[in-house]
Amino acid sequence: MSEAEKTSVRHRRYGMVIDLDKCTGCGSCMVACMAENNVTARPDETDKKKSITWMRVYSFDNGKGFPEARTCFLPRPCMHCAGKGGHGHSPCVSVCPAVATDYSAETGIVSQIPTRCFGCRYCMAACPYHARYFNWFDPVYPKGMEKMLNPDVSLRMRGVVEKCSFCFHRYQKAMDKAFYEKRKELEEGEYQTACTQSCPSGAIAFGDLDDPKHAVYRLRQPVKGLYVFRLLERLGTEPKVYYTTRHEWIRKAADRTVNDEKTAG
Amino acid sequence: MEAVLDNREKRGLAGTILAWDEALQPKGVTRAPLWKFTLWMGFWGVVALWGVYAAALCWIFGLNQTGMNDYYGFALWIWADLAVIALGGGAFFTGFLKYVLGHEKPLKYIVNYAVLIGFICYSSALLILAIDIGQPLRGWFIFWHANVHSMLTEVAFCLSCYFIVLTIEYFPNILENRVLSKVPFFRNLVKNFHGSMAVFAATGVFLSFFHQGSLGGLAGVLYGRPFAAREGVFIWPWTFFLFTWSAAAYGPCFTMLLTRIIEAVTKKKLVPDETMRFLAKVSGWMMGTYIIAKIIDTVYWAQVTAPGAGFSLSDFYASGPFYGYWFLALEIVIGGIIPAAVLLIPKARENRAIFTLALVLAVMGVCVNRWAMVVQTNAIPVLSFDKWAMYVPTWQEIATTILPVAYGVLLVSLSHRYLPLFPLEVGEKDGH
Repeated sequence: MSEAEKTSVRHRRYGMVIDLDKCTGCGSCMVACMAENNVTARPDETDKKKSITWMRVYSFDNGKGFPEARTCFLPRPCMHCAGKGGHGHSPCVSVCPAVATDYSAETGIVSQIPTRCFGCRYCMAACPYHARYFNWFDPVYPKGMEKMLNPDVSLRMRGVVEKCSFCFHRYQKAMDKAFYEKRKELEEGEYQTACTQSCPSGAIAFGDLDDPKHAVYRLRQPVKGLYVFRLLERLGTEPKVYYTTRHEWIRKAADRTVNDEKTAG
Repeated sequence: MEAVLDNREKRGLAGTILAWDEALQPKGVTRAPLWKFTLWMGFWGVVALWGVYAAALCWIFGLNQTGMNDYYGFALWIWADLAVIALGGGAFFTGFLKYVLGHEKPLKYIVNYAVLIGFICYSSALLILAIDIGQPLRGWFIFWHANVHSMLTEVAFCLSCYFIVLTIEYFPNILENRVLSKVPFFRNLVKNFHGSMAVFAATGVFLSFFHQGSLGGLAGVLYGRPFAAREGVFIWPWTFFLFTWSAAAYGPCFTMLLTRIIEAVTKKKLVPDETMRFLAKVSGWMMGTYIIAKIIDTVYWAQVTAPGAGFSLSDFYASGPFYGYWFLALEIVIGGIIPAAVLLIPKARENRAIFTLALVLAVMGVCVNRWAMVVQTNAIPVLSFDKWAMYVPTWQEIATTILPVAYGVLLVSLSHRYLPLFPLEVGEKDGH
């Protein structure tokens, strides 16, 4: 083994599997995300189209009346797309003119550097999931709130784009701890996102999608009675967030279909 | 000029201003009285100030002053940007026809004006971009931290370089002012500029070809947005070529339309019919072939590309509150096929009213195309459980968008009054 291999960190492909049959739409993932990542909230949030929600819970129904009416709550973080061919050609990364966003081959995470971004918003136009948010206003924190801010996450200024980072600062902390303990690898659970930790029904699982020892590896395998899909598969964005549900109407809503094509699973 | 200065005391301030105004005008031309010109400039000056005030609000308080939101990252300004650049395409295409293909004779009467329109359009585009970004003081990052894979990077580089080229092309016009041209240094400088203008024109054509294409590529590479995304050749989506083609086709129409307007305002013939006929014919052929390519592109996209992403044509046009199929017809039939047919049929283009109407429709057509690629693209929900988003610009956006119009009117008025813009008018036989 060469010296470089001894010290190099194994490439991971971190991702999420969200069980929609378990999600109750309680919104604790949204709250945990906002608190963990210093996401601002304006005193008047009535203009929802200018608000910031790194983790957003969509709600939609099957369009039927009582008693067949059903509702689905779909948590939507950044999909951390691997892009066409899985080479990091994410819709947002390739269009950013100043490399303010980048795809990490080491973790599979799409980063966002607020101090590099100059607010052209091309990445927002490119993202089909609306996972990117622009800071339309100066960040405002209630008096005394600054003591509650997470020191590991930078604050974003007006005029830049921000988005879910899969709580990347937690990965860095976990890696620091591992190196201190003379390890190169992270065990499952050492690096968790805030939304995963806070989900009361355990609907969100997080880990290395390619590591058989991680739960997400098993959960994303389509087995009998358990149906796995990703949002807008046909576009070829290769998202790293997987969803599972037994309900076909939800799977149908996950992607656009022409001429009543059958859904995956 | 010396006489003007010597007689200053005799004439008084008003007389001196009048004498200066007269001395600066090209020899042998008649211009509107100064009071009329001042009123005209004053009106457009107020409009421009209104735009500057709106722009200042955006710079001071941020883009929350606009109607843009998380669905509409690109909106009115980017549309205006793409539209003025397409319309300013007359400068590069006229330069291409004159300097590269050698159509010297008919185009010498309009090339100065085409360059001025191009200069106005490109400086306006840069101004809009400077207001449109969230962190204007970091605008230079696009050059310093350039991502070579981004179409926007290519646009920024080419746009800036082409603006420099247009400035170099417009500069000799300023130095040809009756007073300035008396300075030997300026006279020699202009002579040298004219000697090397073909090189600048050719550089401009090259730069313009790429950035017009990259503006199309901006939309075409959005593979997460099936309305805009296109397949293509190597790294370029079809929109790359369609945008360049349309700018070359529609740009001269805008130049001709503005010529018609300025002729109507000044009640003078500024460009010979022969020049207009030539440009109209070339524009007609370009527009005709473009619209055929656009129809082929639309059919292929509707039949192959969009269904591949899980969309049918009705998802783009029949579901929204505003974007019906009429929008597609407005762009392709009314703003494309009809004006192309008028410009290609000699009898139709000989009719002054029909010809002018065709120019108006052509300008409208290319603007609708750019609107669709920018604003409609954002309006269409990609997630099936998301909704169509509507966008209403605020007065700040509208005022800032009108600002380039006012700026353009002011610059055209000043240039026409004091510079030998139209060789036909100043009695030059050779032009430049």
